[in-house]
Amino acid sequence: MIELEGLTKRYGEKVAVDHLTFTVRPGIVTGFLGPNGAGKSTTMRMILGLDRPTAGDVRIDGRHYEQLKDPLTSIGALLDAKAVHGGRSAYNHLLCLAQSNGIPARRVAEVLDAVGLTAVARKKAKGFSYGMGQRLGIAGALLGDPRILMFDEPVNGLDPEGIHWIRNLMKSMATQGRTVFVSSHLMSEMALTAEHLVVIGQGRLLADTSMADFIRQHSRAYVRIRTPQRERLLDVLHEGGITVVETGGGALEVEGGKAERIGELAARNGIVLHELSPQQASLEEAFMRLTAESVEYHAHAEPTARVPQDWGAGWKGA
Amino acid sequence: MAAAEVIRSEWTKIRSVSSTVWTLSLAVLVTLALGMLISALTRSQFDNMPVRERLSFDATVVSFAGMTLGQLAMIVFGVLVVSNEYSTGMIRVSLAAVPQRGTFLFGKIAVATALALMVGMATSFAAFFLGQAMLGSLRTHLGDPGVLRAVIGGGLYMTLIAMFSMGVATMLRSPLLSLGILMPFFFLVSNILGNVDATKKVGRFLPDQAGSRIMQVVPRIGDDTPYGPWGGLGIMALWVVAALAGGYVLLKRRDAQ
Repeated sequence: MIELEGLTKRYGEKVAVDHLTFTVRPGIVTGFLGPNGAGKSTTMRMILGLDRPTAGDVRIDGRHYEQLKDPLTSIGALLDAKAVHGGRSAYNHLLCLAQSNGIPARRVAEVLDAVGLTAVARKKAKGFSYGMGQRLGIAGALLGDPRILMFDEPVNGLDPEGIHWIRNLMKSMATQGRTVFVSSHLMSEMALTAEHLVVIGQGRLLADTSMADFIRQHSRAYVRIRTPQRERLLDVLHEGGITVVETGGGALEVEGGKAERIGELAARNGIVLHELSPQQASLEEAFMRLTAESVEYHAHAEPTARVPQDWGAGWKGA
Repeated sequence: MAAAEVIRSEWTKIRSVSSTVWTLSLAVLVTLALGMLISALTRSQFDNMPVRERLSFDATVVSFAGMTLGQLAMIVFGVLVVSNEYSTGMIRVSLAAVPQRGTFLFGKIAVATALALMVGMATSFAAFFLGQAMLGSLRTHLGDPGVLRAVIGGGLYMTLIAMFSMGVATMLRSPLLSLGILMPFFFLVSNILGNVDATKKVGRFLPDQAGSRIMQVVPRIGDDTPYGPWGGLGIMALWVVAALAGGYVLLKRRDAQ
C-alpha cells in the first residue's frame, strides 16, 4: 500500500505537485494518469525518497521510504529505462542492486529469465535497444520479489509483443495480491490494464475512482440529429420536453440515449431526418476534457472552460 | 550489516566498468614511465647541474617525478567513480536501493579508496625502486633516514588525491565540470601559486603542495615551509575531509538527479 498525504513539490514559484492525497491499494492495478508534465514522475520520485517533498507525506506500508530495510524487497520501481551505466553488463547491473539489498545472486538469473534477457545478460547495456532497456529496468523492479510495484510509463518504446507482455505481467502481479501502480499519459492504455484510476493535471488530483465509475461518469451519451426542417423539429422536441443543443455544422445534439423517442416524435409530425445517431464520447475525450479543464483553470482562473463538443465533426460528416 | 551489503555492491559496480581499469593502469604506467625517464636524464645530466641543486639533490623525489602526471589519472579515477552515477542517471536506481545516503556515499568512497590505496602504494614502491635503478650511483636506499616514510607517503598522496576528487565530484556531479576544474588546478594553477613569490605563502597550503611534502627526504636550502612531512599530509587530509563533507551535505539535501 502506498499512502500520499498532502504531497507537494515546488520548484521555486512553479508547483509541480499540489497537495496530492490518495491511497494505492493492493490486489489491483492502479493507473496514474495525466498529460505529460502533470507531475506523475515527480510524484513517483517522491514516493521513492529521491526527491524531497516541499510539504506533505508519503508512506510505503506505513513507513517512510528511508526507514525500509532492504527497500527493493518492499517496493520495486521502474522510473527511467536509460538509468543504467552503459559500460556495465545487464547481469552486473542487477547483481550490484541485489547485493545492496542482501538479495541472493541466483535471483538475478531468475529475473533476467523472466524478462527474456538471459541471452544478452553478459552484454554491455549501451548496446541495448530502448525496449531491452525497459525490460532490464523491469527486471530490476522484480529483483526483490516486492509486494509493491511501480512503473513509470512502462509501455513506452516496447514493441506490440512487449506491450502485451507487460500488461499481463502487471495484471498477474495484482492478482497475486501485490500493489501495482503504473503511470501513463494514454487513457486507452489505462482502460486495458487498470482497475482503479488516479488522474492528475497540473499536479492536482482530478479523479480518484474505479475505472468502471470513471467510464460511467465520463463517457457522455448523446444523440446527433440533422434535419432540413430544423425549426419545426425544435418546436416538436420542445413540446416533448426534450432539451436540444445546437452545435456547429447545422447539427443538433440531445443529451442521453433518447434516439427512439426523437424518431417517433419526428415521424408522428412528418419531419424528415437526415441523421439520427446515438453517440458515445470516448474515454480519451473524457480524459482530455477533464485535464483540459485543470489546465485552463490554472492558466486563466476561468472555471468554465470547455473543449468544443463537436471537435472532429467536420471530418466525420465529410 | 547494511554497510557490508553496500560495500559488496559498490565493489561489483567498480570492478564491472572499464573506466576503473584504464584510469588506474594509466596512473601506474605514467608514474612509472615518466619517473624512470626523468631519473635516467638526471643521472646523465647531474654533473652539469648548478652546485646549489646538486647540494639539495633528493634521489627519492626524482624517482617520484612521474606523479605530477600520474596523479591526473588518479583524479580521473576519483571523478568517474562518483560522477558516473549522475551522468548515466544510475544515481536514482542506486539511491532507491540504498536510501541511506550517507551509507551509500561512504560505502562507495570506502571501496574506491581501498582500491586507490592498493594501486597508489604499489605504484609508489615500484616508482621508487625503478627510479633508483635508473639513478645508478646517485641512488638512495629504502633503509636511509626518511626514505621509507617518503615512499609510503607517495602511496598515501595518490590515495588522498583520488579521495579529494571524489568529494569534489560529489559536490559538482558533472564529470566534465569536475575534471575541468580539477585537472587545470592540479596541473597548472597550484604549481604557479606555489612557485610565484607573491602567492607562495598561500600556495603551499593547497592540497597537492602540502601533501607532496611527505615525499621529500632532503630539505631544500632556505626552505621556510611552516610544516613538516606529516603536517603537510595532514593539511591535505583536511582538504579531503572538507571536500567529502561538502559532498555529503549536498547529497543529503539535494533531490537525486
